[in-house]
Amino acid sequence: MARLPDTKVGNARWIRSWWAHELFFKQTWRGSVASSLLFPFLFLASLEIGVGHLITAHSGLVEGQTYLHFIAPSLLATTTMQLGEGESLWPVLASVKWTRGYHAAAATPLAPDDILYGKLAWVATRGFATSFVYTLVIACFGALQSWWCLTLPLIGTLVTIAFSAPLVAFAARSDTDASFTALYRFGLVPMFLFSATFYPLSAYPGYLRPIVQLIPLYHGVALTRAAAFGQGTLSNELAHVTFLLVMAALGIVWGRRTMRRRLTD
Amino acid sequence: MTSGHILEARNLVKRFGDFEAVKGIDVAIDRGESFGFLGPNGAGKTSTMRMISAISQPTDGTIEIFGLDPRVDGPEIRRRLGVVPQEDSLELELSVKNNLLMYGRYFDLPRRVIRERTTELLEFTQLSERANDKVDNLSGGMKRRLTIARGLMNRPEILILDEPTTGLDPQARHLLWDRLYRLKREGVTLIITTHYMDEAEQLCDRLVVMDQGKIVAEGAPRALIERFSTREVVELRFATDDHEQYFNQFTKFADRVEVLPDRILLYVNDGDDALRDVHAAGIAPASALVRRSSLEDVFLHLTGRSLTD
Repeated sequence: MARLPDTKVGNARWIRSWWAHELFFKQTWRGSVASSLLFPFLFLASLEIGVGHLITAHSGLVEGQTYLHFIAPSLLATTTMQLGEGESLWPVLASVKWTRGYHAAAATPLAPDDILYGKLAWVATRGFATSFVYTLVIACFGALQSWWCLTLPLIGTLVTIAFSAPLVAFAARSDTDASFTALYRFGLVPMFLFSATFYPLSAYPGYLRPIVQLIPLYHGVALTRAAAFGQGTLSNELAHVTFLLVMAALGIVWGRRTMRRRLTD
Repeated sequence: MTSGHILEARNLVKRFGDFEAVKGIDVAIDRGESFGFLGPNGAGKTSTMRMISAISQPTDGTIEIFGLDPRVDGPEIRRRLGVVPQEDSLELELSVKNNLLMYGRYFDLPRRVIRERTTELLEFTQLSERANDKVDNLSGGMKRRLTIARGLMNRPEILILDEPTTGLDPQARHLLWDRLYRLKREGVTLIITTHYMDEAEQLCDRLVVMDQGKIVAEGAPRALIERFSTREVVELRFATDDHEQYFNQFTKFADRVEVLPDRILLYVNDGDDALRDVHAAGIAPASALVRRSSLEDVFLHLTGRSLTD
């Protein structure tokens, strides 16, 4: 009988969980990739043709940028947020409740933490790949004006994980997807609309600005804009990064609890 | 760490909030043995299985598997176990082959080894022709066999099966039992939960009968039957909604009488003799059946309830 490799040597256990996601993706990617490539082109083109022309005609530049250039980087932030949501809510509920794939994994040497880390590492991989492609798309529209734009794929990855980690944790403790719809309607979609995505923060009255700054996506939007135009201040950008890192860290801590509870109780 | 058993649990308790699913059980299982947990749904079998699979932690008590403590060496223990859970938990969108590939990689097996074992295991479970099909398109019996193939991917020393044949048609059950016999002959230790007494009698060298989180009896199937039941049973049915009224009439014909909602059971040494006496006394049941005692009767005797309640 061939001996199995000892659990203490060999590939890290979270990587084995990452492999499972990769295998899944390899069998199912064809449908999703074409649409995810086409979407940013259509989105930016439509905004430029319609809204962009109106705004340029009425008020000229937005914070020194044409409207198209102004919103192009924020598209990276909103897309990676949506990726983080889409990869985390239903797929995780399916794995703990419907197909029970995570329960199957928990019967192998993998522990709940390994399953969680492999999942998040996979979401980060997707976040990085998507951000990379979007950076190229944004470049095609001429919206990149600084070498800082090279950090855009990393910023996109950070946004993906900042959203994915708490949502994975939340999904791992859910029994139905009823709450997900509410979360979208009253949380994620408003966030998409009100995070200074389509207009600058200065468009809000002064008393609302601190509230907008508490919206997680706002920090992603601000970071992508700063990186694309090279206009931020280091302390501001570090604050944005810290906000998103803390969000990811809290999500991971919560996720370790909910995954452990779900898989080992 | 000197028990010598491949698996030993002492005073195992599992609580979920206020509910105590397992109430302090002891089991010791030897290498190569085929061991069963028999009991109705809700007896605490699955909770017990999850603990001895080193997946869930006991609330109280200790377990040693391969002489190791699951709290410390969970991954190392699970590396040497095969688990066939009650729900198949297969990836329905993936092919049969890729389900095994995914699982093999969880154990960090090299791709070459996974390929070889996939061929072997699909042959063993008679699924070779479906290797490239999506799992979603398999029948229930095929999915169950694939789950068993998956559980064998790491060549486990112990294979743990939770209700392996629930929901399968008789033909699929017999095929599955045949595969399990072969594994047993190859020296794999089998641990099986079931609420089917025939399955327990067929597959288990030794078993415990569980009821409401406790073990109520332990032994070889035949020995349990000899100890807790008579050799034969006469089953009588009457054209009535209330069999209870007949109880007193039959006490003189049998060692023990059990009244179920739909029939009366007479526990006797010789069923044909007893039935003749019943007829001679002028009692005419709507139907009568003589059979050998089974584990169902043991369970009924010990708990006053039938296994499939």
